[in-house]
Amino acid sequence: MKRDIYDVAVIGGGPGGYTAALYCARSGLSVLVLEKMSPGGQMATTSVVDNYPGFEEGIDGFELGEKMQRQAERFGAETSFVNVTAVDLKQDIKTIETSKGQVKARAVVLATGASPREIGLPEEPSLRGRGVAYCATCDGMMYRDKTVVVVGGGNSAAADALYLSKICKKVYLVHRRDTLRASKVYLEPLKNSSVEFIWNSQVKEILHEKKVTGVVVEDKKGHRKEILCDGVFAAIGRIPDTKLFIGQTELDSQGYILADETTRTNLPGVFAVGDVRTKPLRQVVTAASDGAVASHFIEEYLA
Amino acid sequence: MSVNAIEKTKFQTEVLESEKPVVVDFWAPWCGYCRRLAPAVERLEAEIGSKVTVAKADIDELPEIARQYEIDTIPTLILFQDGKEADRVVNPPSQDAVEEWLKTNQVI
Repeated sequence: MKRDIYDVAVIGGGPGGYTAALYCARSGLSVLVLEKMSPGGQMATTSVVDNYPGFEEGIDGFELGEKMQRQAERFGAETSFVNVTAVDLKQDIKTIETSKGQVKARAVVLATGASPREIGLPEEPSLRGRGVAYCATCDGMMYRDKTVVVVGGGNSAAADALYLSKICKKVYLVHRRDTLRASKVYLEPLKNSSVEFIWNSQVKEILHEKKVTGVVVEDKKGHRKEILCDGVFAAIGRIPDTKLFIGQTELDSQGYILADETTRTNLPGVFAVGDVRTKPLRQVVTAASDGAVASHFIEEYLA
Repeated sequence: MSVNAIEKTKFQTEVLESEKPVVVDFWAPWCGYCRRLAPAVERLEAEIGSKVTVAKADIDELPEIARQYEIDTIPTLILFQDGKEADRVVNPPSQDAVEEWLKTNQVI
């Protein structure tokens, strides 16, 4: 952190954050990106991004994240790898507390993204990494020739079940309704796969010793049964990472930051981009788009 | 600077017989979360390499060692001290979390 006060601080180094940084830096503003781990955000754990235009053969998500970082830095944006622990966004000069000191900025871009939603069982956090997983393409290979349960009914659950059915001995898909909400590209291959569907059911308990040994599912009539398995993959959506902003920016009932297509929040000088913002479609390309739009209104605000 | 990748035959000398504490990042090229962690581990090496040796172990290259230490989720960081596992952390959420983990273990 080279400056006492930056024009713009960006919290989160995913595609929304780094596009905002790129555009702001190219407009001559001083920009600091605060990232907790490495660039790319959720995209970084995706092995192939096939729907970001310009890469006709697809591109590795991690690599795309690094490219976005380098591109923003080519125009002078800086990155600091820290945890943000608190923010005060209500003043003219915004203050951000991090694990490595305080950052001050005249405008702030909130680009913290979202994280996988947990099933919500008390035993779940301690079993993370001992059979409970949230990313099939990341951890799937650990369950080669084993039995797994996928929980969920949307696109990510369908994609995870399909992917795992190619590696695992047996895949169950547990969904609380009787149909999937997945798009057609998944439905036909799923029908022809070995995936066994358990409809109208919810996971009520994860059985475990040292590691996961099974799950208890309950159907709508209250009937319970045990499924023996080695792994549980939760694919039940995402939750926005907005805990830090509670009491500052306005959030919707799901916790997303309320901001319209201008990316402006209720607080002057505070902008929300990417998955963390209320919006109809959460994609790499729409996050990048938000970043560009935010820059436009930041310039207007700082002028 | 890039983090030393341990070879099978060198685990004994470079990790277990090391004078300094060693953090081994168990990972694999196909693991998305591992790739997110890798740059943080490299920065860690640059920052605290004088106090702790940082190394990485590809579990596909070192399956026996991965089995021996019961690595069933990656990335897993194991801190070795005096030839033994002192502590481990699975899929840490941030670079800061890794640093805090090392501070808790009083190696930095």
